[in-house]
Amino acid sequence: MQVSMTVNGQERSGEVEPRTLLVHFLRENLGLTGTHIGCDTSQCGACTIHLNGKAVKSCTVLAVQANGADVTTIEGMAKDGELHPIQEGFWEEHGLQCGYCTPGMIMTTADLLKRNPNPTEAEIRHGIEGNLCRCTGYQHIVKSVQWAADKMAAQSGD
Amino acid sequence: MYPAAFDYHRPGSVEEVIQILSDNPEAKIIAGGHSLLPAMKLRLAAPGALVDLGGIDGLTGVAVNGSASIGAMTTYDDAMASDDLAASFAALHEAISHVGDIQVRNRGTIGGSAAHADPAADTTAALVAHGAEFVAQGPNGERTISADDFFVDLFMTALEPEEVLTKINLPAPADNTSSAYKKFAHPASGYPVCGVAAVVTRDGSGNVTAARVVATGSTLTPTRLAGVENAITGTAGDADAVEAAAANASEGVNEWAGDHYASSEYREHLTKVFAKRALNAALGND
Ligand SMILES: Cc1cc2nc3c(=O)[nH]c(=O)nc-3n(C[C@H](O)[C@H](O)[C@H](O)COP(=O)(O)OP(=O)(O)OC[C@H]3O[C@@H](n4cnc5c(N)ncnc54)[C@H](O)[C@@H]3O)c2cc1C
Ligand code: FES
Ligand code: FES
Repeated sequence: MQVSMTVNGQERSGEVEPRTLLVHFLRENLGLTGTHIGCDTSQCGACTIHLNGKAVKSCTVLAVQANGADVTTIEGMAKDGELHPIQEGFWEEHGLQCGYCTPGMIMTTADLLKRNPNPTEAEIRHGIEGNLCRCTGYQHIVKSVQWAADKMAAQSGD
Repeated sequence: MYPAAFDYHRPGSVEEVIQILSDNPEAKIIAGGHSLLPAMKLRLAAPGALVDLGGIDGLTGVAVNGSASIGAMTTYDDAMASDDLAASFAALHEAISHVGDIQVRNRGTIGGSAAHADPAADTTAALVAHGAEFVAQGPNGERTISADDFFVDLFMTALEPEEVLTKINLPAPADNTSSAYKKFAHPASGYPVCGVAAVVTRDGSGNVTAARVVATGSTLTPTRLAGVENAITGTAGDADAVEAAAANASEGVNEWAGDHYASSEYREHLTKVFAKRALNAALGND
């Protein structure tokens, strides 16, 4: 089947089987390998992208279900060669070790901060519970999210 | 992991869905896909065709006006955004907020969860506690199924294979009704090991005149705890009355769920604890 969708602001289309998962379409048809696959059970969140502005696990959406949708992946977060404040936060606060979970963490964080620009530590931990990290123990991820929230608040105050 | 191959349909009306389901016994509805696709990826399910409800207008949205009407395709996230739902149907609103994680709530639907009838679903207990009515459309037109008849067994509802659940109605609560949902979440999956929804109504002097207390996770289907409901009714609804009532949680329950993680004895015990917590929260006891 033919599918087309807006991915990171560009019209993209391709030929897929109905069973093609959105994550496979993004990685294999479009070459956007920043979105990772970390499990077979929809639990790890490594594949998180934004579908029509909301964080979803792209391993649990069919590419055909996303036909006509607006998709943002980790590759769409930096603008004009400048990291997104959430990416900067993960850099500044050592929010990653191996980096496997990071794209998904960042995409979920973006949804979280849109709903709640100034979350408490407990709200951050609750907000990222659909994303698993095998390395960091989460402490530095929480700090990265706080750093990003502060930076984004400062920017919107400018 | 890829699901087994299937044909994909995305019709624009409920009538077309019914036609496809009637013509093809291999076909299955897909709503948010957050129970179905994980099962298909593990090849626990391999339907020959999927009929996507995502292209049909009019199946989403929450309308509250005394009573409530929730479109079957309303996502958890969209339902959570309804302050009116939170104000009048707190148990359901709390249950929704406890489902999975942000990503799951952004895709999963209230109707999909009800139709799936997972014994460990959160919202099902609250729907039964609020006395929900399930509206189904099929080859013979529309019918309404009451909460007490809808959930038949593990992963089995009163829906016929070619019927579509289109909306869920919640009757207007009586005056002085309040409700709550309390859950013991599995530490890895987040699903309820035991969850209890309680809806209680009091009279002018504060005595409990009606109660619906429903367990999920610990039971095979969302199950009313008749022993608790009867014991709390007629009391002042204070913490002592709740403590005494919750002790009757086993009454009338024939079978408890149990697995390698939590035995049926343990879940039975949890049901008493969470019946107490849900009732105390609903009645405003500290
Ligand atoms: C990682 C993860 C964590 C989760 N955690 C929880 C949790 O903590 N608590 C919880 O309650 N749930 C949890 N879930 C399950 C989630 O709530 C599902 O979204 C929900 O159970 C199914 O809704 P859906 O719209 O995704 O349905 P689908 O997966 O699309 O469909 C489920 C079944 O219902 C049928 N169906 C769907 N809609 C209709 C309809 N309108 N009419 C007739 N039949 C229909 C389908 O044919 C299918 O058999 C979790 C899921 C995941 C992936
Ligand atoms: S790959 Fe693990 S949740 Fe999608
Ligand atoms: S940094 Fe390695 S999994 Fe999170």
